Amino acid sequence: MKILTANRLIDGEAVWLAADHSWAETIHAADIARDDATVEKLERAGRAALCKNEVVDVNLIDIEIANGEIRPLRLRERIRAAGPTTHPLFGKQARPGISIAA
Amino acid sequence: MYRYDEFDHAFVKARVAELADQVERRLAGEITEDQFKPLRLMNGVYLQLHAYMLRIAIPYGTLSSRQMRMLAHIARRYDKGYGHFTTRQNIQFNWPALSDIPAILDELASVEMHAIQTSGNCIRNVTADHFAGAAADEVADPRPYAEILRQWSSVHPEFSFLPRKFKIAVTGADRDRAAIQVHDIGLHLKKNGKGELGFAVYVGGGQGRTPMVAKKIRDFLPEEDLLSYTTAIMRVYNLNGRRDNKYKARIKILVHETGVGELTRQVEAEFEALKDGELKLPETDIRAIERYFAPPDLPERPEGWAELAASRKDDAAFAAWLRRNVNDHWHPDYASVTISLKGIGEIPGDASDAQMDAIADLAQELAFDEIRVSHEQNLILPHVARADLRLVFERLVEIGLATANAGLVTDIIACPGLDYCALANARSIPVAQEISRRLGDQQRQEEIGDLKIKISGCINACGHHHVGHIGILGVEKKGTELYQITLGGSGDENTTIGEIVGRGFAPDEITDAIETVVETYLGLRQDSAETFLSAYRRVGALPFKEALYGSSATAA
Ligand code: SF4
Repeated sequence: MKILTANRLIDGEAVWLAADHSWAETIHAADIARDDATVEKLERAGRAALCKNEVVDVNLIDIEIANGEIRPLRLRERIRAAGPTTHPLFGKQARPGISIAA
Repeated sequence: MYRYDEFDHAFVKARVAELADQVERRLAGEITEDQFKPLRLMNGVYLQLHAYMLRIAIPYGTLSSRQMRMLAHIARRYDKGYGHFTTRQNIQFNWPALSDIPAILDELASVEMHAIQTSGNCIRNVTADHFAGAAADEVADPRPYAEILRQWSSVHPEFSFLPRKFKIAVTGADRDRAAIQVHDIGLHLKKNGKGELGFAVYVGGGQGRTPMVAKKIRDFLPEEDLLSYTTAIMRVYNLNGRRDNKYKARIKILVHETGVGELTRQVEAEFEALKDGELKLPETDIRAIERYFAPPDLPERPEGWAELAASRKDDAAFAAWLRRNVNDHWHPDYASVTISLKGIGEIPGDASDAQMDAIADLAQELAFDEIRVSHEQNLILPHVARADLRLVFERLVEIGLATANAGLVTDIIACPGLDYCALANARSIPVAQEISRRLGDQQRQEEIGDLKIKISGCINACGHHHVGHIGILGVEKKGTELYQITLGGSGDENTTIGEIVGRGFAPDEITDAIETVVETYLGLRQDSAETFLSAYRRVGALPFKEALYGSSATAA
């Protein structure tokens, strides 16, 4: 399974592509691609967003579903989704409902 | 301190305006990321995991109170209330919005600071001994030469697109506190038999994927030849350095592949053609720059000695701090103070806006308005009267920065690692924090003595792990973090690259492993005067390997 992530151009905020083609600030809202056709759809949307200068550094990342939630396979992506493990009050983990990376 | 002249002011202001325009055009979609990225990088703006990062140059690590207050202000207003001092004597802010960068740079320019050449394949911020101008063992202050190099290298048209980044470090003492032998060029300021100033010149040191100790190519270069000789080196490198492979593009590879003898010949030939030209530094120019760095007027304060002797007896915490964090000054009534940014269990190199403001006040009131950033990620007050040390200590206690651990096992260098850095393979900071908590008992650390642990979150080695007495390198293996230990590195006048001891350790094993190494050392040292590094150099890696992996593993 894959989702599409990027950083927002204006402030660098980590974002994920949601089903309505908006860029969500939390990973929960990400649109999950479970087959090649949807992966391609995500990639197309990413290229379009790059051209529109909404986001930079667009990447497809691998995820799994754990306890009903999206969990990136790589620690790097889990840290992006939560914030620095050293500053629990900074980044997205400061928001309700976002658990710290581990 | 160096003060900008009209040219400097105009130059930095023009650069801020230029970047402001570039950011505006980028946000309006008039330029693409591919076009914009090299422009933002030239101004120290990176994109990391959570946000942009702004790296601000602190030339040779020297700051005034006014500048420190500005950094506090930027932390508060544009960031999340803290900044991270780095191993290159710079500061990084981890959360600025791109749209705020022009405003930040504009504010910085008002205190004579900028972020130019903190990234890119150019000559980076020149670093120097953090005790420069104060140390008792110094021949002369290396910073005037660092400033000359800074002026010469700023947007130098010939050297703005080198094969790779280029780092120069200068020290003015035999005891090298600036790690010059792991820089592209290392300059050791010294005097010759006639009492004239000049440099021993080292070339081709570096860390990263292929760590190398620099080679000395000149034993004594007269000071007037500093720019012509440096230019000669840069030309040879710019012409012959490899541009086909990023991993082989640093000058260390060129030195290695060409051979020191041949490279020296090429440099000397180039120098021969340059040395009587316009790059020759007139004596008057050198002395003019030197005047900016003249030490403050330090009145006699002999009463400090008696006061210290008395309060040392009745306050163990103060006594420990005097033992560890106070260095001899050339003026006997004064000392240099290390403000440890390594509180037990804290993040190495981080300081809050309130701490930065408090340090600025302290420097202004009790330390002649001068602050330094050390490459070991601490702050220094270079000139403090011994009679004021007690007061300085008490003020540092109030802001939580009086940890008495300079040079001890908890004075750990750690790069930002996977908590921030887009290039990282593993986290560095939490490893440092856990080791610090484990070994942080004051008596225990003093018993262990001088021991430098340095941690990098990837092979780029920003955390200097290759030259840590104990180095830790984070790697990624099958999606998880793994930490390799190297032993016996050192980044001083006897620089050595640490040796990998064996297989890596998982995050929940690494602190135990480090403790094992430390305990092994305590068990085998001849006496408490034999430091970890000396003991390692005497016995080699074997006892440590056995302690970590068992004797069967090392036999296999
Ligand atoms: S060593 Fe690697 S992980 Fe650490 S700051 Fe440098 S590039 Fe990032």
